[in-house]
Amino acid sequence: MDYLSETPSQTAGPYVHIGLIPHQAGLEAFDKPLGQAMVGPDTPGERIRIEGRVLDGLGQPCRDVLVELWQASAAGRYDEPGFRGWGRTGTDFETGLWFFDTVKPGSVPGRQGRGMAPHVTFWLVSRGINIGLATRMYFEDDPLNGQDPVLNIIEPAVRRPTLVARREERDGASVYVFDIRLQGEQETVFFDI
Amino acid sequence: MHEFFQRDRTQHPPAFTPDYKTSILRSPHLALVSVESSLSEVTGPVFGPDDLGPLDHDMILNYAKTGEPIGERTIVHGRVLDENGRGIPHTLVEVWQANAGGRYRHKNDTYLAPIDPNFGGCGRMITDVEGRYIFRTVKPGAYPFRNHVNSWRPAHIHFSLFGTGFAQRLITQMYFEGDPLIPRDSILNTIADPAARKRLVATLDFNQAVPLDSLAYRFDIVLRGSRQTVFENKLQGA
Repeated sequence: MDYLSETPSQTAGPYVHIGLIPHQAGLEAFDKPLGQAMVGPDTPGERIRIEGRVLDGLGQPCRDVLVELWQASAAGRYDEPGFRGWGRTGTDFETGLWFFDTVKPGSVPGRQGRGMAPHVTFWLVSRGINIGLATRMYFEDDPLNGQDPVLNIIEPAVRRPTLVARREERDGASVYVFDIRLQGEQETVFFDI
Repeated sequence: MHEFFQRDRTQHPPAFTPDYKTSILRSPHLALVSVESSLSEVTGPVFGPDDLGPLDHDMILNYAKTGEPIGERTIVHGRVLDENGRGIPHTLVEVWQANAGGRYRHKNDTYLAPIDPNFGGCGRMITDVEGRYIFRTVKPGAYPFRNHVNSWRPAHIHFSLFGTGFAQRLITQMYFEGDPLIPRDSILNTIADPAARKRLVATLDFNQAVPLDSLAYRFDIVLRGSRQTVFENKLQGA
């Protein structure tokens, strides 16, 4: 068959900030940065923060990673007018911490009508990562997790908790903490999607 | 609805490539978990002209302060296609690069070559109805990096692509035909297949060069193809 082949991936390198989040690199290049503010005052849904670190094989925080998030709206839609559902940020150059202020996604229909538990998709690139890493984050206090068609096919089952964020309450606000471990004990599940 | 062809990972670098040393501690060791597509993978963010500024695709002018940047004036153009051979219209293309001396305008870049006061090094554009993109820049310089003692990156431009679904998300690098550093590059050589490496090398496109102004290079990018899921295995409930 006469198909083309996908263009090969290459690492985003240490200066990915220049192109994709230039304000973090100290570069005021574009008037309209993309992916910074996910929600506005009128966005429907429960306000949450999602935060974490990206840890390398020695457990050290990686401080130069680009993190992208893709999620459904609070109503469980990926095409909701006024809510793009996509954000991106970098791990902090000093602390390695990343965060997104967003709304909790609703449940999205899965294959054959099996509802998926609320989740967000993450995609990571950086120096030392040759091809973007895709993973999912679930919410620890969500009752649908037990029926999710993706979370519950992961074997061995002991790896499933690597995809579940821990809920904390800070000043009355919900914060979900999700550390991503690139390798080593508790290596996060990454998907071939 | 559609779902994407499985990614052919033989065309990509593996995660663990010890000759590129930084990959050693940043590569997952366990197998990726394969999942069939759901809406979470076949959908993706949509961008439009309102997201961009008028000079975002022109790196000769988009950071010019006291004059234009130093370097070989260069046009880069091509098409964003899928593996079915169809152009991908209205998709975001983002690019970034070093200046003509091989220095990035980035607080973590300490290479001794100077910053160019008139060059930022980032650009972005949206493809037209046939998937075409075009931008203008100065050709980036080669630069050394800490991998082996004497490691040099060939001149390259970083590309970020979206396509229509998040599973198509891709970052890559474009190289310039004829660069003698290409065979020595430990980053390009993370890709095992020589034919795949060659697809990252842009060709001089003399027909698109602007006389007395700019040379031109052509670089086509292919994202994952897709099939319709009409009969069974529906992505959503009926």
